[in-house]
Amino acid sequence: MRYSGFQVIKEALTGHKGWKPVWRDPEPQSHYDIIIIGGGGHGLATAYYLAKEFGEKKIAVLEKGWIGGGNVGRNTTIIRSNYLLDGNEPFYEMSLKLWEGLEQDFNYNAMVSQRGILNLIHSDAQRDAFTRRGNAMMLNGADAEMLSTEQILDRYPFLNVNDARFPIKGGLAQHRGGTVRHDAVAWGYARGADMRGVDIIQNCEVTGFRLENGKCLGVETSRGFIGANKVGCAVAGSSSRLMSKADMQLPMESHVLQAFVSEGLKPVIPGVITFGAGHFYCSQSDKGGLVFGGDLDGYNSYAQRGNMPVVEDVCESGMALMPMLGRARLLRMWGGIMDMSMDGSPIIDKTHIDGLYFNGGWCYGGFKATPASGFCFAHLLSRDAPHPNATEFRFDRFSRGLMIDEKGMGNQPNLH
Amino acid sequence: MIINHPLLGPRDAAEFTYLGDASLINRPDWQSETAAQDFYEYGYLRSNPAGIHRELWFHEAGDRSWLVVTRNTVTHEISNVEMARDVARTQGRSK
Repeated sequence: MRYSGFQVIKEALTGHKGWKPVWRDPEPQSHYDIIIIGGGGHGLATAYYLAKEFGEKKIAVLEKGWIGGGNVGRNTTIIRSNYLLDGNEPFYEMSLKLWEGLEQDFNYNAMVSQRGILNLIHSDAQRDAFTRRGNAMMLNGADAEMLSTEQILDRYPFLNVNDARFPIKGGLAQHRGGTVRHDAVAWGYARGADMRGVDIIQNCEVTGFRLENGKCLGVETSRGFIGANKVGCAVAGSSSRLMSKADMQLPMESHVLQAFVSEGLKPVIPGVITFGAGHFYCSQSDKGGLVFGGDLDGYNSYAQRGNMPVVEDVCESGMALMPMLGRARLLRMWGGIMDMSMDGSPIIDKTHIDGLYFNGGWCYGGFKATPASGFCFAHLLSRDAPHPNATEFRFDRFSRGLMIDEKGMGNQPNLH
Repeated sequence: MIINHPLLGPRDAAEFTYLGDASLINRPDWQSETAAQDFYEYGYLRSNPAGIHRELWFHEAGDRSWLVVTRNTVTHEISNVEMARDVARTQGRSK
């Protein structure tokens, strides 16, 4: 069923009895051309683009729980393409362009809201760095604008620009950045993929790979063996756990990142604001809650919950930036497991095993990458060649010394 | 989390900074034939287990000793804390 204004009016007049489930719940077949492991944003986007753009048939998405129950359902919903390095910026700008056309493309309301993102500057050195970053963005076709403190106060009068320790000296704005309704992204891609014949199989955990002579023949699952010509893995924080079943060690650690939502408030924060002196970012959801987050907890973790010191640290940063936050009550907080790579950048690549492909290492920036990640992974799976915007996201960049280290932190995943 | 420091007793984990997998104690031999590959694996590849993990913590806001903490990454439960110095010595890594 295609959604339209006409459909909404018709259903309103007939008691909303005509709405149907938007994806099927099929039994797994014995063999597929392509299996995607992981029914999160990236996996579902991959399946969608495989079917829609690359004309692939017989595709399945295997999900151990329910689709959209992982990081796509537990992030801070920010989209942006304000990256510096050549390996990254064209990819993230491609992603932002896909976001801009996404709702028309998959006929689903994902509430893409380009309300703008602002990175604040607190020192001269930071101004230099952000000017350089803004120039790099524009060279790659993205939008960027340096704002003065006066311009910032015009739009964000509640910011504490005269903080004694970290005064706000300006900001780098990307007006095309913004937020998206994260769950709707998973649902929209799932619906679009399902409409094109993709089998979305939930409650189906992959327990191993069937490997023979260096080739992947399929996957062992909690619902039996499923054969495939090609298997693509997109399981974010569980990447190391999954790939260890193919005896692979990955250049990444899994870390917990917490996020927070305040009680619902009237509209008070336009756009997304990031604090440049600590690690803090904040936006307001359409429901009214202030959505914010900060640093990783900093130690390896597979528990989807964090500890109190980071809660305190995040709230302190928020209070330094916008003292009015202290009047709002924290409603809920949660943790997600991040696949923190060794240089802070992702991997979309073949593995050394024939027919086994990998997508991961998104650190805590995976949500904004969802459309381009799906598109580029679909390109790799279908054509056995990397998409031109994802050529540097390779496994061997670590052994060859070609890291894409945006923050220059080295091989210390908890610092990216 | 509370880390039971072998010398100082129970301390808040916020006093520590985290380095990573305790296998980082085993720095490869730079003169080995396979040094390039060994250092790539040492520097970049991690087993990253879901479950028991031995890891290096530095008591930065305390006595500045390095510890090897055995912790469950699924529950955050800490089962053992050793001085990294002692661990390294038993492996013949330190004097």
